[in-house]
Amino acid sequence: METKAFQKIYTKITQITKATCSLNAEGVGYEELASVNGRLAQVVKIQGDNVTLQIFGGTEGVPSNAEVTFFGRPPVLKVSEDLAGRFFNSFGLPIDGGPEVEGEEREIGGPSVNPVRRDQPSELIATGIAGIDLNNTLVTGQKIPFFADPDQPFNQVMAMVALRAKADKIILGGMGLTNDDYLYFKNVFDNAGALDRIVSFVNTTEDPPVERLLVPDMALTAAEYFAVDKNENVLVLLTDMTLYADALSIVSNRMDQIPSKDSMPGSLYSDLAKIYEKAVQFPAGGSITIIAVTTLSGGDITHAIPDNTGYITEGQLFLRRDTDIGKVIVDPFRSLSRLKQLVIGKKTREDHPQVMNTAVRLYADAANARTKLENGFDLTDYDERTLKFAREYSEKLLAIDVNIDTETMIKTGWDLFAAYFRPEEVGIREEYVEKYWPNNE
Amino acid sequence: MKEKNLTKGKVAGVIANLVIVNVDGPVSQNEICYILLEKVKLMAEVIKVFEKKAFIQVFESTRGLRVGTDVEFTQGMLEVTLGPGILSRNYDGLQHDLNKMEGVFLQRGDYTSALDHEKKWGFKPLAKAGDVVAAGDWLGEVDENGQPHKIMVPFKFLGKYKVKSVIGDGDYTVDETVAVLTDGRGQEVAVTMVQKWPVKVPIKNYRNKPRPFKLLETGVRTMDTLNPIVEGGTGFIPGPFGSGKTVLQHAISKQAEADIVVVAACGERANEVVEIFAEFPEIDDPRTGRKLMERTTIIANTSNMPVAAREASVYTAMTLAEYYRAMGLRILLLADSTSRWAQALREMSNRMEELPGPDAFPMDLPAIISNFYSRAGFVYLNNGHSGSITFIGTVSPAGGNLKEPVTESTKKAARCFYALSQQRADSKRYPAIDPIDSYSKYIEYPELQDYLRDNVDVKWVDNVNLIKNILIRGKEASEQINILGDDGVPVDYHVDFWKSEVIDFVILQQDAFDPIDRASPIHRQKYMLDKVLEVYNTPFSFNSFEEVNPYFKRVINEFKQMNYSEYESDGFKKHEKELNNIIDERKTA
Repeated sequence: METKAFQKIYTKITQITKATCSLNAEGVGYEELASVNGRLAQVVKIQGDNVTLQIFGGTEGVPSNAEVTFFGRPPVLKVSEDLAGRFFNSFGLPIDGGPEVEGEEREIGGPSVNPVRRDQPSELIATGIAGIDLNNTLVTGQKIPFFADPDQPFNQVMAMVALRAKADKIILGGMGLTNDDYLYFKNVFDNAGALDRIVSFVNTTEDPPVERLLVPDMALTAAEYFAVDKNENVLVLLTDMTLYADALSIVSNRMDQIPSKDSMPGSLYSDLAKIYEKAVQFPAGGSITIIAVTTLSGGDITHAIPDNTGYITEGQLFLRRDTDIGKVIVDPFRSLSRLKQLVIGKKTREDHPQVMNTAVRLYADAANARTKLENGFDLTDYDERTLKFAREYSEKLLAIDVNIDTETMIKTGWDLFAAYFRPEEVGIREEYVEKYWPNNE
Repeated sequence: MKEKNLTKGKVAGVIANLVIVNVDGPVSQNEICYILLEKVKLMAEVIKVFEKKAFIQVFESTRGLRVGTDVEFTQGMLEVTLGPGILSRNYDGLQHDLNKMEGVFLQRGDYTSALDHEKKWGFKPLAKAGDVVAAGDWLGEVDENGQPHKIMVPFKFLGKYKVKSVIGDGDYTVDETVAVLTDGRGQEVAVTMVQKWPVKVPIKNYRNKPRPFKLLETGVRTMDTLNPIVEGGTGFIPGPFGSGKTVLQHAISKQAEADIVVVAACGERANEVVEIFAEFPEIDDPRTGRKLMERTTIIANTSNMPVAAREASVYTAMTLAEYYRAMGLRILLLADSTSRWAQALREMSNRMEELPGPDAFPMDLPAIISNFYSRAGFVYLNNGHSGSITFIGTVSPAGGNLKEPVTESTKKAARCFYALSQQRADSKRYPAIDPIDSYSKYIEYPELQDYLRDNVDVKWVDNVNLIKNILIRGKEASEQINILGDDGVPVDYHVDFWKSEVIDFVILQQDAFDPIDRASPIHRQKYMLDKVLEVYNTPFSFNSFEEVNPYFKRVINEFKQMNYSEYESDGFKKHEKELNNIIDERKTA
């Protein structure tokens, strides 16, 4: 940590909790950084001359006579092209053994983009996964989380999406990442020869939880540098936002705030929105796309964290194991990409929306047929056909190991319709049926 | 204006956007003040006073704010600036023009003017010397993007005034004097095209507010046909995320029969606002021959913008709507989402350590919500003209649970309830408005029933009630089938179920992204309703339940093709003919 000459040192701490400490100090600015016996801290409350600091590393072992100095500025990140290829901790300090990055200091958690200076997102991100490209197309400037149970392979899918997405820069913000997962990401990016376009800010489970609060802002400050200053397309991966929200609740709890739903702070919505809304498409061509992970407990999406997230993000992706084919699929019912309407049928073939909706509807019919079957009822001929369709649809399109282009996905959709149904059973606009319905040979 | 002795203060504490100020003089609740932080002024509002301390909510980030910083109080409440040039603007929650701000990022303290002070407006006088006028009376008119924008006696003027002079036809800026009035004591007051009004106070310069009675066409079948809203009515759309609230609201804003649309994007996604910015200037407005954006004003306080301004944004939007209503116009006001506004109230109440009500919301939440909804309505102005504000808010219930404080409070205040169902959304039955749980109180109003009989069809109300019954019966049949199995129930059950499915697919479901299907005028809705009821009233014969499903799939398919075709076009008639053939196949003689 840098120190300035003639800095005032305070040594009288009046209160210590598990995450915060308070002391009397003058001339302190709100959100200013401080050092408490060498540990980084930030001003979260000022009342008269009493200042409350949130200590990122936790307060274990902090004595009431600890030395406190104030930096006179909020947390910053030094930005330059040299960020690329590097791994940092929550404070933006290198953890890969390399030198510190030189560059312009930028305050993290800076102001929002003026909505009238945004562009409407319109560039499709191709991932090759039909569960995403066909049913839930992603667009640059979008923000979307995976809602996943902890045992699901979300980090693997996310790494795959990131590498296929052809972004200029990928920024990984790891919060409470296990060391194994951290090494996994490093390994995958390395093997793909992509390390030089990756910037990582990692807080592992070995680091204090409150430090996590800095990770998204660090990652997004770096992202804004590449997207605004360099006009690059930046993909930001944030995993796991549930652990971020947990850290928020720890701090608000220590500050005696009244908790709202699920013991989360009342400001959870605004706190999450400040992060996710950094996703943007700039008219000059740069963009920030955020793909995040929100782990669920027992698949419960009504919990305050996924619930608030869902209201902020532009859709959500669910993974599910399809027992019919024994593979993980992108769940077509619960997943949604809100921005897909901006590209499907416009940047892709005209019949894309109808093929997508029809396939999902038929898949829903199959789910009803399965319920009937489980309840011991006879199936109609139509039911039988939907079941066969569903199995093949899952195998050829929904499974995450599928890697084909969008046109092939749409064509596969039509082939499946023709294999099991008559045109009047699918209810697609007549002109498309005439044009695309496969001819019976 | 007399010289004011303004109160000053110094910052004594900072907790996020709640700032405590030691003051040296009187302050009032909701008074606006400015924090003089280095080079910028940060706007804030007093929300609590305790002895010599004012608690203020700052409409900006408080990063770097220090104890001892100077604060200036203004003696005024949060006000909007009213005058020609509001339409087609994009404002933030405090009515600062977003387009006039510099740079890509919002800089705190960048307060831009709401109106264009250079532009000249073509003024036509409506009042003449000698007229006796009162607040809200029309003095003149300018053409604002094709809308007759009335220049009124400022709402703050009390009592009667005599018009001394009104300026003649000509082009003037908003700041030029257009009329001189004399008050009861002979004092002369100059009136320009601009006036100010505090947003938390309703504008009430009208004669009376009768029960609303005119259908407000939205082009959305499940609303217009089943649960209509009226001009001057109130409604709300609660629904879990992903159920299509915003798509539905955008559809209403594009299609509804209103003169002016005010959209308050309150604490929602920035990209949704960008969608309005991008689309509205492109959409042709059949009524004016101009673009939709020209009669629209957007108040954007997206979720990442300062939370205190979020609360202000809905009031700003309502006050702009009231201003235009006073000109005898029909305004559609949409707020997406009122839950975010309630959450902003909760955040502040929390920081002030108030005792919380249910789910940590402030105790007076129901009162705040119902006061707000009550500002909408159909009014007769003092000059006999009518104007209306139709207000539709969305609610984002936590966890999709409709038994939460914001939904419950809103239910007491709004007259139309459009419940979006997760189940319908999951099966892609959009718009996902649940036909059975949703309601419109207006359809019970004899005034509206008369209006519908006169303007749509004498049998309309009866038919609407009939299809609601068919839908309920269909749901019951479907439950029976699920319990007893396909062959465990009489074939009639299947027929009942599929007849209700025809209504679902043909009337309820509507493709908001299809260029033709997305807007359905009421006469077309009537035609389709009659056709659907013809199917319902036709006795069909089936040998087994297995024939029912494929048959009705074909019926639905032809109906859908009709919905996708231009009304009364060759394509439309072709599919109708095909439909008639299908009906005849199984019609029992």
